[in-house]
Amino acid sequence: MTPPRSRCQARTRTGDRCRNPAGPDGLCALHRRQAEKAAAHSTRPGTRRGTPRPRPPKPAASRPRPSKPGVSEPRPPAPGPPEGERSPAPGGRGSAVHRPSAEPGPGSQDEPEPGSPGEPGAEPFGPFLDWAEEALEFLGRRLLGEYEVDEFGHDPDLVEHVLAPLLRPLYKHWWRVETRGLEHVPASGPALVVGNHAGTLPFDALMVALALLDEHPAHRSLRMLAADLAFDMPVVAPLARKSGNTLACSEDATRLLEAGELVGVWPEGYKGLGKPYRERYQLQRFGRGGFVQVALRTGSPIVPVAVVGSEEIYPMLANLRRLARLLGFPYFPVTPTFPALGPLGAIPLPSKWLIEFCPPIETAHLGPDALLDPMVLFDLTDQVRDTIQQTVHKNLLARRGVFG
Amino acid sequence: MGRRVLVTGAARSTGRRLVAALAEEPEVEQVVAVDDLEPEGPFPDKVEHLAVDLRSPALVRAVQSAGIDTCVHLGVTAEPRAAGGRVTMKERNVLGTMQLLAAAYHAPDLRRLVLKSTTAVYGSTAGDPAVWTESMSHETPRHGFGKDAIEVEDYVRSFDRRRPDVAVTVLRLANQVGPTVDNPLTRYFELPVCPTVLGFDPRLQFLHEEDTAEVLRRATLGPAQRGTFNVAGDGVVLLSQAIRIAGKPPLPIPEPLVNRVAELVGRTVDFSPEQVHFLQYGRVADTSAAAAQLGFTSKWTSLQAFEDFASTRLRRLVTEERVTRLEHEAMALLRRATGWLTRELPR
Repeated sequence: MTPPRSRCQARTRTGDRCRNPAGPDGLCALHRRQAEKAAAHSTRPGTRRGTPRPRPPKPAASRPRPSKPGVSEPRPPAPGPPEGERSPAPGGRGSAVHRPSAEPGPGSQDEPEPGSPGEPGAEPFGPFLDWAEEALEFLGRRLLGEYEVDEFGHDPDLVEHVLAPLLRPLYKHWWRVETRGLEHVPASGPALVVGNHAGTLPFDALMVALALLDEHPAHRSLRMLAADLAFDMPVVAPLARKSGNTLACSEDATRLLEAGELVGVWPEGYKGLGKPYRERYQLQRFGRGGFVQVALRTGSPIVPVAVVGSEEIYPMLANLRRLARLLGFPYFPVTPTFPALGPLGAIPLPSKWLIEFCPPIETAHLGPDALLDPMVLFDLTDQVRDTIQQTVHKNLLARRGVFG
Repeated sequence: MGRRVLVTGAARSTGRRLVAALAEEPEVEQVVAVDDLEPEGPFPDKVEHLAVDLRSPALVRAVQSAGIDTCVHLGVTAEPRAAGGRVTMKERNVLGTMQLLAAAYHAPDLRRLVLKSTTAVYGSTAGDPAVWTESMSHETPRHGFGKDAIEVEDYVRSFDRRRPDVAVTVLRLANQVGPTVDNPLTRYFELPVCPTVLGFDPRLQFLHEEDTAEVLRRATLGPAQRGTFNVAGDGVVLLSQAIRIAGKPPLPIPEPLVNRVAELVGRTVDFSPEQVHFLQYGRVADTSAAAAQLGFTSKWTSLQAFEDFASTRLRRLVTEERVTRLEHEAMALLRRATGWLTRELPR
């Protein structure tokens, strides 16, 4: 059972809370290394320019290790500076990487380049250098296998440094996503986020997850339940796991909710994703209500989320069923641009998006008896579905245009 | 009267460790070590080595006559080549177990039976739940070790029903690693390059050999616990991560070619087809039942266990120093470049 993880206390270069899981000292692997580096710097104030800065020897164990009592001899914990002393100072910014680029003086002092005077003019590239150092650190960590994933394979380090940055431009500039109602998503503890599903490819799910990661005050990771097809496709399968998703089965969902995670489910499944454009914003059947069962079993609140805009990214004019069957896909879409324009047709249309989280529907008070009553399941399923459908209609009426 | 323990598969590394640990316990009066292989070193004093196959009549006599109260069955093997081919491996695994259980059924003093099984019984497919608990229904693996282990477990369960006075403990162990472990997976990581399935990165669990010894010792000598328990190190390690920790270059193979490559590689590391599925989809088992009922939690996490194996057994090609130096050089280069740019641009 994964205990609810605490997050790293340091702040990233941009001033956001770091979202990596924290070790016992309250820092993630990245910031611990930086803190150690900074500590090594301060103990060696005379590190002269011109001589390459000797790196602090990395501790044998640079990862957070839950040290268990009675460990006979497995390697000793990091011999680095005592954990308590590493104050994650004003956001851990004193470290080499998180040096505020606006300060001209001290930052450039420990730059090791031989022969170049510590010029304040290097500052225009300060942010770039910071970025480069962080990127190199990341690459080094990946090369050495210095990261940790949870039992579902969730890899926050990869999400923060690769996957989220790749999706962010889509979120901010392409679809200009507007998010409302984030206060309805609890800051901690389990909840089941249930949404409508559309758009041929599950970009709506990715955008909801990114909204929660970036814009929710607690920066929650949405652990989504994905179709089994996703876990049988090369490249997609490991990415699905690493971004925190798992197979849509009640065992996995229950396990995640019991561990206090935020779980995302799209009960329409392929029926929603692969529906033709003329049926846009008509919610399909909500499966058999399995998600309600899981919520009842774990007493988690259900947060309906309505996504507007996803229907127009790949307007599906026709579905080549036979070709789909041949390829083993659930559908094969024909859009105005695909497959006519080939790979260019894979570029989604830049519709304007609105994501609205609705007030949570509590299930804890219904108790375990409700699980045995199919009527309760049906009612709750309908309630969730109606909430989403009404919110979708409301937001559709309010929007100025598809690309507004 | 002290405990009299019979251990099968005693000459292999896990068995030797357990036998040595049992021989040190004062409450153990005698250990009967059964294995037709010759052990690498001599067994301690209390140990009687019975160099017979599980299928031989001498075993039946040993189980029934010596007043054996505990039987620890470690004799199920995962390596077809070492066993002398897949057919022989199945003979030894399944028929050997049947023989042992048949003998045990008539053993008057037997009170406890411990079976070393494997998490391979859960198989590996894309549609698996992320974490297996003991009670989840799973598809039956159709090949090799996993299939043998399922059949062996079935026979043991039926024995459990017929001899209610014997406490039967089934331990499903994750893949073992450690400084002295030699199994197909450790040999895989000892290859110069590690072939992987292109586009897949399974989650793996490892169990350190010390933890294996400890859980077996506890199941043998601790309070009797009936039931089936997953045993693994905490946490998971991705295959890509393990390969990087091992410091080896990965060799991704497109899925259609995987079986051919596996056949080639299999000749050197004794791989069976279900281990290819394992390296494609992985497998993670929940260990909370072992913690709650056996009181066993592993000392080594999966990651620590693998690191210990990697640091004692493997020579890294990609080392920390090299990566750090590269990082450092790249950074110095960038600093110089930007420094030059800022000096030259204003002109």
